[in-house]
Amino acid sequence: MRESRAMKIAFQAAAVVLALGLSTLVLVATKAPPLAAFASIARGAVGSWGVASDVLVAWVPLLLVTSGLLVTFTAGLWNIGIEGQITFGAVFATWALRSFQDGSFDPTLVITLSILAGMAGGALWAMLVGALKAFGGVNEIFGGLGLNYVAIALNLWLIFGPWKRPGVASMSGTVPFDKSLWLPTVTEQSRFAPIALVLALVAIAIIFLLIQGTYFGLRLKAVGKNPKAAYLLGIPTWQYTMASFAICGLLAGLAGAIQVTSVYHRLIPSISSGYGYMGLMVAMLVNFSAALAAPVALFFAALNVGSIQLPITLKLDSSLAGVLQGTLVLFVIMAEGARSRLMKKGGRKP
Amino acid sequence: MSGDILLLGLAGVLASAGPVLFAAIGEAISERAGVINLSMNGMILLSAMGGFAAALATNSVVLGFLAGAAIGGGVSAIVAFSSVTLKQSQVAVGFVLTLLCRDLSYFLGNPIMGRPGPRISMYPIPLLGKIPVIGPLLFRQDVMTYLSFVLIAAAWLFIFRTRPGLALRGIGEKPAAAYARGANVSRLRYLYTILGGAIAGLAGPMYSLSIKAGWKGTISGLDGIGWIALAITIFGGWSPIKVALGAYLFAFLQWLGLVLQSALPGVPSQVLQVAPFPLMILTLLFVNLGNAEWVATALSRLPEKPRRALAKFLRAINAKPPAALGTPFEKD
Repeated sequence: MRESRAMKIAFQAAAVVLALGLSTLVLVATKAPPLAAFASIARGAVGSWGVASDVLVAWVPLLLVTSGLLVTFTAGLWNIGIEGQITFGAVFATWALRSFQDGSFDPTLVITLSILAGMAGGALWAMLVGALKAFGGVNEIFGGLGLNYVAIALNLWLIFGPWKRPGVASMSGTVPFDKSLWLPTVTEQSRFAPIALVLALVAIAIIFLLIQGTYFGLRLKAVGKNPKAAYLLGIPTWQYTMASFAICGLLAGLAGAIQVTSVYHRLIPSISSGYGYMGLMVAMLVNFSAALAAPVALFFAALNVGSIQLPITLKLDSSLAGVLQGTLVLFVIMAEGARSRLMKKGGRKP
Repeated sequence: MSGDILLLGLAGVLASAGPVLFAAIGEAISERAGVINLSMNGMILLSAMGGFAAALATNSVVLGFLAGAAIGGGVSAIVAFSSVTLKQSQVAVGFVLTLLCRDLSYFLGNPIMGRPGPRISMYPIPLLGKIPVIGPLLFRQDVMTYLSFVLIAAAWLFIFRTRPGLALRGIGEKPAAAYARGANVSRLRYLYTILGGAIAGLAGPMYSLSIKAGWKGTISGLDGIGWIALAITIFGGWSPIKVALGAYLFAFLQWLGLVLQSALPGVPSQVLQVAPFPLMILTLLFVNLGNAEWVATALSRLPEKPRRALAKFLRAINAKPPAALGTPFEKD
């Protein structure tokens, strides 16, 4: 048993080395200095209090969507529609803020309402994917993808149409909200709202307990492992499909609402910022375990924030972060396959 | 709108459907063999960038297209290795690759962004191009569009009318039976995943060397094409002819969107651009209705005659994937 654990760690270490190696090759291919690039990412992520708090700002939505995705993955579902659920949450939150911003309501109440509206919006959009899957036989990957594009189009239409800035509509988004409607941040300039971080940490803790410690989590696992067997055992699979999509959508919508109320203070075209797809990568990398999700999400957030400076410092595209993340996940998946293949061969020996 | 402009528009629809057609038929071949290649979206971006870079460096569009095919085949080889040899989830590996290839194309393509480069030109076929209506529609296109017409017929003939095609369908439907009859399932899955990927890899250069010539990074407008191709593969029931019809329908809708845009100036272009996606969901819903349990229950309550007619209709539009799609094959 101990030997197999050591093997596992060795294979994962090899995967990390391979990922770093391939990323270095990519850098060399573009005639960029690899060490300087990695150093620039590190400085961009932890070099000052300002950037470090930006990492926390990015960690919040990533952790929220990853928490949600752990539930859908446990149910054996690929919620690629998560991007649209974040966007829908942001749209609903903006709608609530716009409706109650005239000053006749207490700002705390308005912010709370907008966050609840965002969660409702995300859940609604997710349950649409779930319903298409459960009652229409539409694979959740394609249903989700299609609804992603619909949500993005709706968002753009709102920004350029009904909610456009007085005078000229633009890609910079809607009119910023009054400062009283922003989630309180640590300092005046910072975008880091401690309440948002607390919400994200509570979310991952609840999801961990839900999956590991409840009857619901146990049955969800059964549905994910073998839906037919679970159905024959009397578990109503469609209810679990809908419930897991609803939970994931609630958290994705919360992420969208936080992007609106505490990060951008308005609705912008790319409000989801790709956090949904990144969350899928994090969930795959931690092999769907809730305990590891928080640190790995923090690392991914650091890579993303760290690479923002690359175009300025080294004239490199900031997509280097995505290359690092992608190679890492790819090699970890492949290393797991290689390990189980080797172990099986070893086991067959007399 | 005069007849000539309409004809020109429709000829443009046939040409602009080309890349999606290549991608979706490539995917259909791969899925017929039992392997879902979900890397399509990123792979098309990477082959568009790589194909343009190769054509720019060598000043040869032929090498550009070959580079695109090589990139498609190479990425698909990773999918095949991970799923056939390492027995990992095809969806997981494909999804990671789709994001990785997208970021790689943006990162590696940064230095050649916005550079002018070679592109393929129209090649009207001498006599056929003079035929009224059909001539301008089918025979005044570029070489890749002609090739896309050939691909539809060739892929259909191969899959449904040849012995290797029978084996291809066999390893996707009942790999154990195909194996018992002497087919090397693993080797064939490698072959068809890589072949399908190479065909799909031509889609990228068709954009960067023809339809949307050049490489413009994130604003190339190619992000999303691969997902549409994957949806069209299902829409077309894994049959090249129906897949082609799906690709043409998609291109027609996009063209319609552009035409309507001048008629409806209030609607931002981004909204009309996504019209194919809700349509895709509705089609998937439509072709899958026959598989849903509540539909079967509802049907059983109907009187005999309409029930038979409805069931027949649902069966006719139903699309069933290859039975072993997405599952690894163990030869025990």
